[in-house]
Amino acid sequence: MTEIRFTKEEWLKALEGLQERYRIFVPVKEGDFHDFKLMTEGRRPDFGYSNTRLSAKSLIYPQSERMFVYTIDENEEEANILKEEPKDYTPQAIVGIRPCDVQAFEIVKRNFDTAEYRDPWWVQHFESTVFVGLGCDEPCETCFCTEVGGGPFSEKGMDVLLYDLGESFLAKGLTEKGEAFLKEAEGGSPAEAGDIKAAEEMEEGALSKIEQKVPTDKLKDKVINELFDASFWEDVAFSCLNCGTCTYLCPTCWCFDIQDEVLGKEGDRMRNWDSCMFPLFTLHGSGHNPRDKKVQRVRQRFMHKLKYYVDKYQKGVQCSGCGRCVRYCPVNIDIRQVAELMNSFG
Amino acid sequence: MIEYTERIRKIAKELLEQEKVKVFIGFQKGSVPMMNQPILITDPSQADLLYWDSHCGLNLCNYLTKRPDEKIGILATGCNSRNIMTHIIENQIKREQLYIVGIPCRGMIDHRAVQRAVKQKEITEIKEEGEKFIVKGKDFEETFEKKEYLQGNCAVCTHRNPVEYDELVGDLVEEQTGVEGYKDVKNIEGMESEKRWGFFTRLIERCIRCYACRNACPLCYCPTCFVDESKPQWVGKSIDPTDTMTFHFLRAYHCAGRCTDCGACERVCPRGISMRQFTKKLNKDALEYFSWEAGLSHDERPPLDTYRPDDYNDFVK
Repeated sequence: MTEIRFTKEEWLKALEGLQERYRIFVPVKEGDFHDFKLMTEGRRPDFGYSNTRLSAKSLIYPQSERMFVYTIDENEEEANILKEEPKDYTPQAIVGIRPCDVQAFEIVKRNFDTAEYRDPWWVQHFESTVFVGLGCDEPCETCFCTEVGGGPFSEKGMDVLLYDLGESFLAKGLTEKGEAFLKEAEGGSPAEAGDIKAAEEMEEGALSKIEQKVPTDKLKDKVINELFDASFWEDVAFSCLNCGTCTYLCPTCWCFDIQDEVLGKEGDRMRNWDSCMFPLFTLHGSGHNPRDKKVQRVRQRFMHKLKYYVDKYQKGVQCSGCGRCVRYCPVNIDIRQVAELMNSFG
Repeated sequence: MIEYTERIRKIAKELLEQEKVKVFIGFQKGSVPMMNQPILITDPSQADLLYWDSHCGLNLCNYLTKRPDEKIGILATGCNSRNIMTHIIENQIKREQLYIVGIPCRGMIDHRAVQRAVKQKEITEIKEEGEKFIVKGKDFEETFEKKEYLQGNCAVCTHRNPVEYDELVGDLVEEQTGVEGYKDVKNIEGMESEKRWGFFTRLIERCIRCYACRNACPLCYCPTCFVDESKPQWVGKSIDPTDTMTFHFLRAYHCAGRCTDCGACERVCPRGISMRQFTKKLNKDALEYFSWEAGLSHDERPPLDTYRPDDYNDFVK
């Protein structure tokens, strides 16, 4: 394992150099919050951040992606034939991503990359990405990564993990991809024992700051139908607006909708993020919708994350504890409380 | 406004005990700072869950939509009460169904402005003390004057008192006068059309089509919103800027002459978009062309919903 210390200035220079080989995405502050943006001359990274408003989900799985293009012009030889739209798989690096958001990709991968099905676009975007994470030395009060199998310095899914040592970053190469990334990074010097000790202390300090207790241990033992019929759903759902804030900000929500958009005779087949909160979600061609009420949609979101996923994959919950939905739900529906209700049900 | 809490609990408890209402709609204290959660209670024993402070900026009228035909107790600030009037005019609820508990409102705190004031550091607690509030974080504590941190709509509000109520939680407050409510609109009106287009294009650049703005708005109660129609499909579902813009403009126009500037759309936007910029111009036009402010009574129909043969405007002839 390579362990290199970069002064912050060196790190910035190294990233600039790496732009020749990678599309570098970094947290950039625009207005009141940060989002991952392509690093350019005018867009400097701000690594002194808490977390981005939107997760890095869209860098692997765009909110709207053109899958195919086609023509319906019968005079054309290839009329009505779907042709795959070329996509950009040049190597990209997401630099400064938090461990919860990297773990989220591991959670989502179980859906998009299975023995039966491989989603070609998700997998290729994922495989062309280097995750250069940044440990969380100041976890938020609303996040709970340690309760869902992660941690503020978790190496799960990480290619490189950075420790912010104040004046410098300690970079640990954790995979072949990560080692290659660091090898190509100019500058820096081998980490010294003192740096590594400081990093370890930082990690312990961060762990001790997380006091959250979000119980999920008993979810797997619940009977699906009983939980489904629990009396608390009406109360949980009352305040819900059925907006897409939770699902769109969530790094582990993966549902999509496929739409054809035709202008004249030229068509695009689009894949867009969908949200179980929306009335169109699961609307059948017949006009029937098995989830035509708010309470059914709210229940779907929590049952999917905290029960169906748990039972299907046996790998815990479909949540990496980033806390975005807790912080930004406009009506304060708190997944920590819902998890508690579900876990203690019956 | 935290002092209203006890009074609200007492009123709600009595209403439920005496079976004057079947349900009561208010707020409970949120699990994170500057957030309170709308709640519906049905039993007097739940009354102590109710809570009020300067972070109740959602519009509770939104929760009246599609309620069953039952007697409902509901809290209402000035703007919320105006939306209730609009709901009554538009046949969404009956006045006899409602027991309106009026809140003389001194304005809601702009959570984004507070976050900015503490340089986006994490806030762990907020305490309201009269017209001041104390913000605490892990390594800081600061006191602010509420009047400097009001939501944009509250700062220019001239209807703080509920327009109609069955009971009040406190004495009526003095209405603000001499506020300049449309300075920003005038600024946009003054732009060349290209610049104005640029302004609105930038405004929605960050939109993710989550529809929090639409769904937080009591005016948006169509059984199926035009953006959710699939047969026929009026608007694309991707984040193509044309589709996003179509959604925002149509939503705003649908609120013309109905919007009370409650600010819920702007408050809930997870992308921090100044949503009121879409609706304020229409409010200004309604005021200037029709001397109309929405929801001041429940028996006058809004200007875009009525017609008179003797209308003084030429365009109807």
